[in-house]
Amino acid sequence: MDWSAIFLTIRLALVVCAILLVVGTPIAWWLSFTRWRWKFFVESIVALPLVLPPTVLGFYVLVAMGSNSPIGRWYQSLTGHGLPFTFEGLAIASVIYSLPFAVQPMAAAFSQVDRNLINASSILGASRIRTFNRVVLPLSMGGVVTGFVLSFAHTLGEFGVVLMVGGNIPGVTRTVSIAIYDQAQALDYAGANRMAMLLMAFSFVTLSITYSLNRRIWAVWPMHR
Amino acid sequence: MASGNSAIRDGRLSVRIAYRRSNSFTLEAEFEASAGFTMILGPSGGGKTTILNCIAGLARPDAGRIALGTRVLFDSDERIDMPVAERRLGYVFQNLALFPHLTVEQNVQYGIARVQADERRARTMTMLESFRIAHLIARKPSEISGGERQRVALGRSLVTNPAVILLDEPLVALDNATRSKILDDLRAWNAAHEIPILYVTHSPEEAFALGERVLVLEGGRILAQGMPQDVLATPRHETIAQVVGFENVFDATVRSIAETQGTMLCQLDGSATRIEVPLGHVGTGARVRIAIRAGDIIVAGERPHGLSARNAFPGRVLSMRREGVRVVVMIDAGGAMFEVHLTPGAIDALRIEDGKEVWLVIKTYSCNLVEPSVR
Repeated sequence: MDWSAIFLTIRLALVVCAILLVVGTPIAWWLSFTRWRWKFFVESIVALPLVLPPTVLGFYVLVAMGSNSPIGRWYQSLTGHGLPFTFEGLAIASVIYSLPFAVQPMAAAFSQVDRNLINASSILGASRIRTFNRVVLPLSMGGVVTGFVLSFAHTLGEFGVVLMVGGNIPGVTRTVSIAIYDQAQALDYAGANRMAMLLMAFSFVTLSITYSLNRRIWAVWPMHR
Repeated sequence: MASGNSAIRDGRLSVRIAYRRSNSFTLEAEFEASAGFTMILGPSGGGKTTILNCIAGLARPDAGRIALGTRVLFDSDERIDMPVAERRLGYVFQNLALFPHLTVEQNVQYGIARVQADERRARTMTMLESFRIAHLIARKPSEISGGERQRVALGRSLVTNPAVILLDEPLVALDNATRSKILDDLRAWNAAHEIPILYVTHSPEEAFALGERVLVLEGGRILAQGMPQDVLATPRHETIAQVVGFENVFDATVRSIAETQGTMLCQLDGSATRIEVPLGHVGTGARVRIAIRAGDIIVAGERPHGLSARNAFPGRVLSMRREGVRVVVMIDAGGAMFEVHLTPGAIDALRIEDGKEVWLVIKTYSCNLVEPSVR
């Protein structure tokens, strides 16, 4: 068992989920209430990781982070090292890759909140933020939990993006799925099987728990039902 | 209610708005509402709720001005559009919009979160007590009755000491007894606070019972406004007649005019029946429309004598159905169909049954001439 890979993967998934909660919540909130005519544009960008091959996404993230890009140079000047093949770079790529898994269930839950409740809150003098915290969020807990769990499970199992952006550095970017790939390549099927079973069992259990807890927000893509 | 008297009274609400939702619907309204109940009456789709939404800031008029005393909520010329949260008004939606995840107490306190804790608690309790829901404090909205939910919604709005209250058919789902109790409590509250209350309803009974002023709205226009007895008792417009409960509206032709008597004789279409109505600005042969309340028609078991009422003619009972405490009787008078409302006692006393021959008696001044609807 490659315990370092397992802990690294869990740490990565937790970090990514935390960032997604902070970044994804306002995006989901904005998407579910804006009447901007170009909203679909943002929706498409957020959903892009769903349809792109992870290698394509990973490739562009790699290029964007590289020392030839402004973002990469800016980060290097800030921290003294580049983003590619680091844990931070991996986390950023994973955030982008898992964004739709967090945003879509949350946006679906937010848009299911009765608009009258939001109006009532404003009329009672509440600011937008207070309305969100006191009314929208408590009534959308199911969607937020679903988004969290889905992006957690999704980050656990990602492969292509990790390989492109993170490479295979033990303890830094070597996640469970990379370890499984390595073991399979080395014909260590028993080792690969142990890791793979662990990942599968974990994913199955988290999904079962989530879905049993909230039956209202049910499918992975409720927005497109 | 000591804390309630600290309300800042902004005074009159003045509204002048033009609101276009589509090419087919434009709302244009101008009115003022001072302290007390102003009833907004009219058919659905007439723009009643839109007026409330414009005042609350949930809908944005294309042009106009909305002010509460000196406080301007909206002014298209001066580009003022005060955010909803700053308008300080109470709005009870038709579906109430109680927060389902909060208790009754938390719902009522929602709008006074920034008030100091002691005062907040005191105001909440006063409000809960004056609306008789103090015992429900820990319950969720799903655990209380419809009438109780109604009281919570009212309390939640009133506890904020709003400058104006907007009520969108707030009591429509309640039985009469519950409704009139809640109205009594609301009236008692307003006696101490004296702020404008805009009350949307489609029930003329409610408008009569509560309103100090009535607006009749149809197709986005105010058809009439004024004191209820003025607006409702002499409807000059067909829509008003229907809205305020003139169950009988007939097309008729003027046959003769008695200028000195102040009356004219009209023949109802499709019938030989002629009835005397108040004089209108029309000539002989003109087409008119006559509206008569079902409750204003007297039914007699035999030909009446010695009455002041000028209209008495025979008819035959076609059908009867009971609606609550009244009986709705349909009577055919020579081809004209009259709806008459009687008490069950009257039905028994006259032994009215299907097919029975009766006499209808109508006072001249119970016959209202109405203008045909513009549409």
